Amino acid sequence: MTDAGPTTAIPGAPATTAIQVTGAAQRFGRRTIYRDVSFSVATGEVFVILGGSGCGKSTVMRQLIGLLPPTAGEIAVLGHRITGPARVASLRVLRRSIGVMFQSGALFGSMTLLENVMLPLEMFTPLPPEGREAVARVKLGLVGLADAAGLMPAEISGGMAKRAGIARAMALDPPLLFLDEPSAGLDPITSAGLDRLILDLRDDLGATFVVVTHELASILAIADRCIMLDRAAWPDAGGMIAEGDPRKLRDESTHPTVRAFFRREALPVGAP
Amino acid sequence: MTDAVARLAVEQRGPQTVLRFAGRLDAEGAGLVWRPTLRAARGASGLTFDLGGVVHCDMAGAALLAAAEAVQGGTATLDSPPAQLESLLDRARAASRQVPHAAPPPAAAPLARLRGALGVVSDGIAFLGELAFAWVRLPVRRKMLRPADLLRYADQAGVRALPLVLLLGYLMGLILAFQSAIPMRRFGADLFVANLVAISLLRELGPLLSAVILAGRTGSAFAAEIGTMKVNEEIDALTTMGLDPVTMLVLPRLIAAMLVMPALALALDLAGLLGMATVMNAFGFPLVTIAHQVQSAATASDLFGGLFKGLCFGAAVAAIGCRAGLSTGVGPRAVGLSATAAVVGGIVSTILLDGLFALMFYRLGL
Repeated sequence: MTDAGPTTAIPGAPATTAIQVTGAAQRFGRRTIYRDVSFSVATGEVFVILGGSGCGKSTVMRQLIGLLPPTAGEIAVLGHRITGPARVASLRVLRRSIGVMFQSGALFGSMTLLENVMLPLEMFTPLPPEGREAVARVKLGLVGLADAAGLMPAEISGGMAKRAGIARAMALDPPLLFLDEPSAGLDPITSAGLDRLILDLRDDLGATFVVVTHELASILAIADRCIMLDRAAWPDAGGMIAEGDPRKLRDESTHPTVRAFFRREALPVGAP
Repeated sequence: MTDAVARLAVEQRGPQTVLRFAGRLDAEGAGLVWRPTLRAARGASGLTFDLGGVVHCDMAGAALLAAAEAVQGGTATLDSPPAQLESLLDRARAASRQVPHAAPPPAAAPLARLRGALGVVSDGIAFLGELAFAWVRLPVRRKMLRPADLLRYADQAGVRALPLVLLLGYLMGLILAFQSAIPMRRFGADLFVANLVAISLLRELGPLLSAVILAGRTGSAFAAEIGTMKVNEEIDALTTMGLDPVTMLVLPRLIAAMLVMPALALALDLAGLLGMATVMNAFGFPLVTIAHQVQSAATASDLFGGLFKGLCFGAAVAAIGCRAGLSTGVGPRAVGLSATAAVVGGIVSTILLDGLFALMFYRLGL
């Protein structure tokens, strides 16, 4: 799946596990955002990290994509440990195997949408220019932006920027895709279309998706499994309060925050 | 790693051209066989993709097959396709069928450029009108001109620029004196270097160099600050709150620049005279003689004319910087363009104004 060098791969790591997180923590200064976060993501599943605003969802994602080393704990992605001494070498190997869509799309403002999607193809593949353009147009077509290929990021809406960001993340058909708030701020039809696209790509390409979101409809539509983070999981820090099938969590969880989240209820006054 | 190499074999079976693929048809593999595939597909009367040897195919591979079909102009027959390939190929076909919007016909370049230039001029005039209107309405909008902002901008444009102004002024005086002393010495007129440098500095170089520093440091900062506010919709927020952006954002910067520029020009003059005195003293002239020479050569009108010019240059640089910020387009690149426009516009307008002042002072006999 990856062009892994022998120096960074974990010997005996199961191919069915795309991500393994053990006891991850993140501190900024004296403030602990979360601690003891442990979970695993199976290959080919859509895994959602959910929780209220400010609970550290995006921070967990930044750790998984290697932008932020965790303060404590271990993380392995596609069989490569991205914590500890092998971090830099592992990340170098992994860069082509993961695609990331940032919350705002993070498109390069000086390039058209087509050029944005073509950029990784140009950097990492031997495709000729017409091949790069054809592949990039297919990716833009997948997210419904074929007719916007020549537009600049400044000329498109926020929803279009997100979709273009997904197209760029998919440019190299990576086996692992991270999407940060893909449907936030989108209309229900576009949002449902994105959900459909994620499931289709999972089914057709066998790609693994890690999605950070708090859009309930989206979570229930796409997630095979999820974890829920909460700012008050521990007396002194945030952390993980639930893990599993979101539909089961909705119906069976007895944790007040999990129940409130899935039922769209306000927590009682004075609750953490 | 061997199956990562994509391979293509072309075979003719009657009217059908059979393209036999093997290995991985991902972005890397598709890149290796892209051109041979399209070359083989072009002009074929019928296409068959034999995919029995393909171990992996993703969207890039599907895009290659769709591109080959598009070149041939028909739909290929799939022989032993891997699981999910048909679904991927359907997506790639659908995406490649979507016709992009035709690009708008390019406007006649000289005409478009002329229209653009006229637009810039008319926008500039409109901005001057808005600025004048904001000045007139200032007494009833006093609350919008916040003293704290004014002081902050004065600090940013003036106090923080002072070390640079002093250094530049001292070096300019030093260089001017040194360069002019050598030829003038041949005529025994090296004492008059003090006259030359004093008049040059007070009348021209003091305000001009201060304005260039202001344009580079402060004009660009004004443009970037206001441009970022524009990109972040903060200007729109001010407008919707009923607050005039020109009064709120432009006037304090303009007033601050007009206040600090004469002071900066004066500081540059003094530092330059000190630099000149250093060279003259090294050539053996006592400081008293140099001071006397400066006093006899430079008049009050030279000094105050220069300071007045500084005030006008400050207004021009600040107004152009703020105008560039307010006309910022969308996206982070636009902020950079605005900052560049502010520096270029500030320097050009300063030199144009200086030319006008030279003409005016000549007519007035100053």
